[in-house]
Amino acid sequence: MTALRLENVTKAFGGTQVLHGIDLTVEDGEFVIFVGPSGCGKSTLLRIIAGLEDASGGKVFIGDQLVNATPPAKRGIAMVFQTYALYPHLSVKDNMALGLKQAGTPAAEIEARVGKASSMLSLDQYLKRRPAELSGGQRQRVAIGRAIVREPTLFLFDEPLSNLDAALRVNTRLEIARLHRELSATMVYVTHDQVEAMTLADKIVVLNGGRIEQVGSPMELYNKPANMFVAGFIGSPQMNFLPADTSGQGGATTIGVRPEHLSISTEAGDWAGRLVHIEHLGADTNLYLETKASGLITARVFGEVHHAPGTELFASAEPRHLYRFDAEGRTIAAV
Amino acid sequence: MRAARSSLPRTIAAHAVLLTYTLIALFPVFVVVVNAFKNRRAIFNEPLALPNAETFSMIGFETVTSQGNFLLYFQNSMIVTVASLICVLLFGAMAAFALSEYRFKGNTLMGLYLALGIMIPIRLGTVAILQMMVASGLVNTLTALILVYTAQGLPLAIFILSEFMRTVSDDLKNAGRIDGLSEYKIFFRLVLPLVRPALATVAVFTMIPIWNDLWFPLILAPGESTKTVTLGAQMFIGQFVTNWNAVLAALSLAIVPVLVLYLIFSRQLIRGITSGAVK
Ligand SMILES: Nc1ncnc2c1ncn2[C@@H]1O[C@H](COP(=O)(O)OP(=O)(O)O)[C@@H](O)[C@H]1O
Ligand SMILES: [Mg+2]
Repeated sequence: MTALRLENVTKAFGGTQVLHGIDLTVEDGEFVIFVGPSGCGKSTLLRIIAGLEDASGGKVFIGDQLVNATPPAKRGIAMVFQTYALYPHLSVKDNMALGLKQAGTPAAEIEARVGKASSMLSLDQYLKRRPAELSGGQRQRVAIGRAIVREPTLFLFDEPLSNLDAALRVNTRLEIARLHRELSATMVYVTHDQVEAMTLADKIVVLNGGRIEQVGSPMELYNKPANMFVAGFIGSPQMNFLPADTSGQGGATTIGVRPEHLSISTEAGDWAGRLVHIEHLGADTNLYLETKASGLITARVFGEVHHAPGTELFASAEPRHLYRFDAEGRTIAAV
Repeated sequence: MRAARSSLPRTIAAHAVLLTYTLIALFPVFVVVVNAFKNRRAIFNEPLALPNAETFSMIGFETVTSQGNFLLYFQNSMIVTVASLICVLLFGAMAAFALSEYRFKGNTLMGLYLALGIMIPIRLGTVAILQMMVASGLVNTLTALILVYTAQGLPLAIFILSEFMRTVSDDLKNAGRIDGLSEYKIFFRLVLPLVRPALATVAVFTMIPIWNDLWFPLILAPGESTKTVTLGAQMFIGQFVTNWNAVLAALSLAIVPVLVLYLIFSRQLIRGITSGAVK
């Protein structure tokens, strides 16, 4: 069954068109991530799904119900925000219970659901505290708990990890992945961070400038990007784009090669360049080569490699790891 | 020990400036209160002297309490001030919320229109206001004053409060909407508590001119039963003879209620004024 269906959803603020016709289907139990650069309309799309913003055109279905005219509280959704958005004057417990109280749920049931959510998120000892007395990670767990107790058919997350520090981000990411498995709930998650998208998603939707660039599983996007935008956005460090004529690729104007698919040699290779900078990350090493013909090239090699900046080096790629793009930036299928 | 951010001479200088300002600001109040407790001769002979056994006199307060209906005047002032204050805060906050929260046609224009009153003194419209009050039979009622003061206080209240409400997190309001709170509950339960310091600031700036106003009570409600304290105190100021004891006593008494209201709001007020600066 489909959990969410968008049909040609558009949105304009005044004269500015922010979303240009979004079509999307999300299946039951799927973890779908909207990813794209800041300002591309991810949050706007999520708010339209939540009912916090009216679409300028198109249809939103949750389950099989058309919900364009349904208020947020009646859509069977729950949302977690980047800024936590906890009610500052309520205790953790009341924060979680408020939505159920509004819906007229019996007190015993509220108690049970809050208890279940708080033990799931190990929040039991904080139930009486105010949000101000919690750390950032705890606050976000409360916000997630507030979403869980509503037992929604659709979870919406808007950059829930962006305000957390790196270590907490990994922990909370694992927590969200675990919740997705345990609740087998449908989740729609917005982020600008492609690492989050790659690690959590069943299905990634890459957005750019209010349009969907590509929809696919993380590995599909990595291995078969539909265009230069997706190729550049997914993968870190970013894919190298080189003018095609320099390497004699017929038909393509640009070729792309991921840093991890380049090998480095001191003697010979496809591209010659001077090493301008080298980064040692322990497990692997990033090398930045300034080439005469194609500008800066990034290479990522496994393990520890030592070269002095200024050294002349050669980078080469296996042909099966080359991506070819036409003048419009679309991927040319391999022959 | 020398702290990084402060030095003794600078602290002393800052406090000297502040103390001087406090003295200048409090001096007139001090003179009024001190002289209220002296007999008439002492007021004129030594206006700055404290009352002593010889010059101490309660004659002013006796006149005030025996003559006229001072208790009634106080009551009138209180009713007018508190009712206007409630109207200004409630309607001002609601309008500010609508302006800052909802996108609708003419939002900016409406905001400008509502703020116009900050620049145009309401007294310019006195004649028209009087005509309206006469036509609606509200002359010599407290309602007339409450209506006028509400109109007078709204522009600044809306201006200040809508700026503050823009700072309330959208996510918080949206979380409320998803939890099924109505727009009214979002306004009263989530937004108002968060702009409380701003409300206190607006309350003080609204309340003091209303309490002190002489103009509108004189024009719209000069009748005995609707006199306010400031107007009541005027009866001791004659064209030829002024009962200074009574005037000073009346003014001293008039300070008390504003002081009480001010103290109630002041904790919040300080937070409101400094919140922009020290966030
Ligand atoms: N309330 C609004 N009024 C006008 N423009 C808006 C509003 N909300 C968002 N936008 C614009 O829509 C675009 C997309 O915003 P948003 O969905 O928040 O982006 P993202 O979440 O992908 O960073 C941005 O260019 C932003 O300026
Ligand atoms: Mg966003």
